[in-house]
Amino acid sequence: MKSLFFGGIHPADRKELSANTELVSMMNPKQVTIPMLQHIGNPCNPLVAVGDHVKKGQKIGDGEGLCVPVHASVSGKVIAIEPRRHPSGRDILSVVIENDFQDEADTSMTAHKDYSALSNDEIIDIIRAAGIVGMGGATFATNIKAMSSMQKVDTLIANACECEPYITSDDMLLRTRTEQVLEGMRIICQLIRPERVVLAVEANKKRAIEILKKELKDDRQIELLVLPTRYPQGAEKQLIQTVTGREIAPGQLPASEACAVFNVATFAFTYRAVCLGQPVVERIVTVSGEAVKNPGNFVSRIGTSFEELVEAAGGLKENTWKVISGGPMMGFAQEDLSASTIKGTSSILCLTQEQNGEAKEETVCIRCGACVKVCPMNLQPLYLYAYEKKEKIEELNRMNLMDCIECGCCAYTCPAKLPLVERFRNGKRLIREANK
Amino acid sequence: MKFEVTSSPHIRGKNHTQRIMLDVILALIPALAVGVWHFGMRAFAVTVVSIGAALAAEWVCGLVLYHRSTIKDLSAVVTGLLLALTLPVTVPYWTAAVGSIFAVLVVKGFCGGLGKNIFNPALAGRAFLVLLWPVYLVRYAEAGVKLSVTDSIADAVTSATPLHHMQMPALPEESLADMFFGNIAGSIGEVCTLALLAGGIYLIWRGVISIRIPAAYLGTVAVLTLVFSKGDQAFAWMLYNLFGGGVVLGAFFMATDYASSPVTPKGQILYGAGCGILTVIFRYFGLFPEGVTYAILLMNACVWAIDSWTAPRRFGTKKGKAL
Repeated sequence: MKSLFFGGIHPADRKELSANTELVSMMNPKQVTIPMLQHIGNPCNPLVAVGDHVKKGQKIGDGEGLCVPVHASVSGKVIAIEPRRHPSGRDILSVVIENDFQDEADTSMTAHKDYSALSNDEIIDIIRAAGIVGMGGATFATNIKAMSSMQKVDTLIANACECEPYITSDDMLLRTRTEQVLEGMRIICQLIRPERVVLAVEANKKRAIEILKKELKDDRQIELLVLPTRYPQGAEKQLIQTVTGREIAPGQLPASEACAVFNVATFAFTYRAVCLGQPVVERIVTVSGEAVKNPGNFVSRIGTSFEELVEAAGGLKENTWKVISGGPMMGFAQEDLSASTIKGTSSILCLTQEQNGEAKEETVCIRCGACVKVCPMNLQPLYLYAYEKKEKIEELNRMNLMDCIECGCCAYTCPAKLPLVERFRNGKRLIREANK
Repeated sequence: MKFEVTSSPHIRGKNHTQRIMLDVILALIPALAVGVWHFGMRAFAVTVVSIGAALAAEWVCGLVLYHRSTIKDLSAVVTGLLLALTLPVTVPYWTAAVGSIFAVLVVKGFCGGLGKNIFNPALAGRAFLVLLWPVYLVRYAEAGVKLSVTDSIADAVTSATPLHHMQMPALPEESLADMFFGNIAGSIGEVCTLALLAGGIYLIWRGVISIRIPAAYLGTVAVLTLVFSKGDQAFAWMLYNLFGGGVVLGAFFMATDYASSPVTPKGQILYGAGCGILTVIFRYFGLFPEGVTYAILLMNACVWAIDSWTAPRRFGTKKGKAL
């Protein structure tokens, strides 16, 4: 470990709410709603029609360009193909499947127990065919990231930091599917042949660390790196900085500094795709927060409605204030529970107002400089906020607003309770419009 | 069930403007208490008048300038309190009121309110009073006079402060212990170094201020007065310079005012050092024995430039190397 990243915050992690309960296995919903856009890039075109019978794992959507296919997560009948509420808040074309509870499996993907015989192209094709994307929430196509990392990367990092408060789905994955993660890492290693392979995990995941230490005792390739708990340790640029001491230049990808970062769940799905022939049809979702009665982790099929997952966690309390898809620092607030889970849904959080310090009213910026102290991208949020207010695009550019990763450290720490991230998103939009 | 839909982050820290101001007020209570102990209830009355006038001015600003009430953020209380602590106990009550009103209305309000003022309001208020009624601002009572609220100020026994002696230049008659515990003539809140240090450490512990500005400020004064000491007791000369006058009050409570100090770590050190250099220059070569007020006010004017020069290096660029 070279040097830790600059800035950051240390909010109460509240992981104890969901980390101590058993993983609840595969829920079987009556119907699933599978959006055709579950990744960054172009949406898929549906490959099925209303009335079709589909099998579990059958490819139901695919497209051109930056696009990975999506699969049915249950067997049954397609009852609708129409725009439905997506966790991002938009309505996205989705395939709705009524479950016949037969779990009739599609067998078009082959299992390769011995992946060492596979060529690089074959592995890349399998990763794409299985619909794997960055499962930490970034949802960038894994086949493209892996391909562009080949021969360019000397350091491969498995991201198990899970630095957002509340979320424990990666923690649970490491504890219950350890071997899948490690085998997935070995498959990607075969592909990109890095010199150094690091599994980075924050120190607050004690049980997972114990298991990994045991598993990796005789492993010469994978290096377990336990990092101090600090948000946003799991942000790609900050993680690379911590692990290698290298800084990714503005506008560049990790490959420019010979690094590649994948979420641990992405590795687990790579293993399942290559060795078991399974596409992405389910994942572990944390349902937690003070406003839900029985927080926990659930193996849930892609396309399960938020309502069903929240019910499985005992339902909402009366004082529910916000429901979030993703983490409390960067996730999306939901208007209601009508959205369905996608590949990148690591958690559904139900928050109450009391625990979250928002009760205090907004004041003006007092120039305390706390935002400067916590910004991991070395920005000066107070000045960006002032310039955004006046729509001074030139100044926003000069002060590197586009470098902002929207981690929310500044807004979290701001004593004036200013909506900094919201304003910065608007500022970025202004810059993009001006560049057109 | 409908839920609140607002931008991330969805959790916020506990820190709040009002809490910060309250911390500053709490941190100043020891200094005020010692002032009242030495100079009597009149010191308390001057403080009450100053705070009251500041609050009244803030209320007017809210009505006329900001179009919303800002009384609750407590910043006016801080300004009124800080101004009072820089005044001698013998000032007429109306002087404290005029200084506070000038600070809150002109220095802060006309700049756009909290966070927008270029100059530290309390110090600018004090500078304004020195300009118009210098005679009231140099009439220091002896420690232990214990004036009551209604005592005539004309009869008060006034005395030279240790800094007056040092202008001779000569080491003051007071012992260093007297200086440290505040048993000397001076302004209400500046005499007791111990009480000010306690308050300063509280603010650093609470995370309200960083140690950079006070350390750079006091460190620079210490080094300069040690190297350029007057007389043969260099070390004692340095300590008298640190404990005497308003430098400790200034370093912990005035120079650290958020609105009028830099936000970058490097900038804060530069700014603190600048305050220290100017303080020593003003004390050595100025007409008045003290230089803290003008040193800090002058550095206030440089804050924008300092922040620009010391902007953090852009992430992903090597030092001094453009993209």
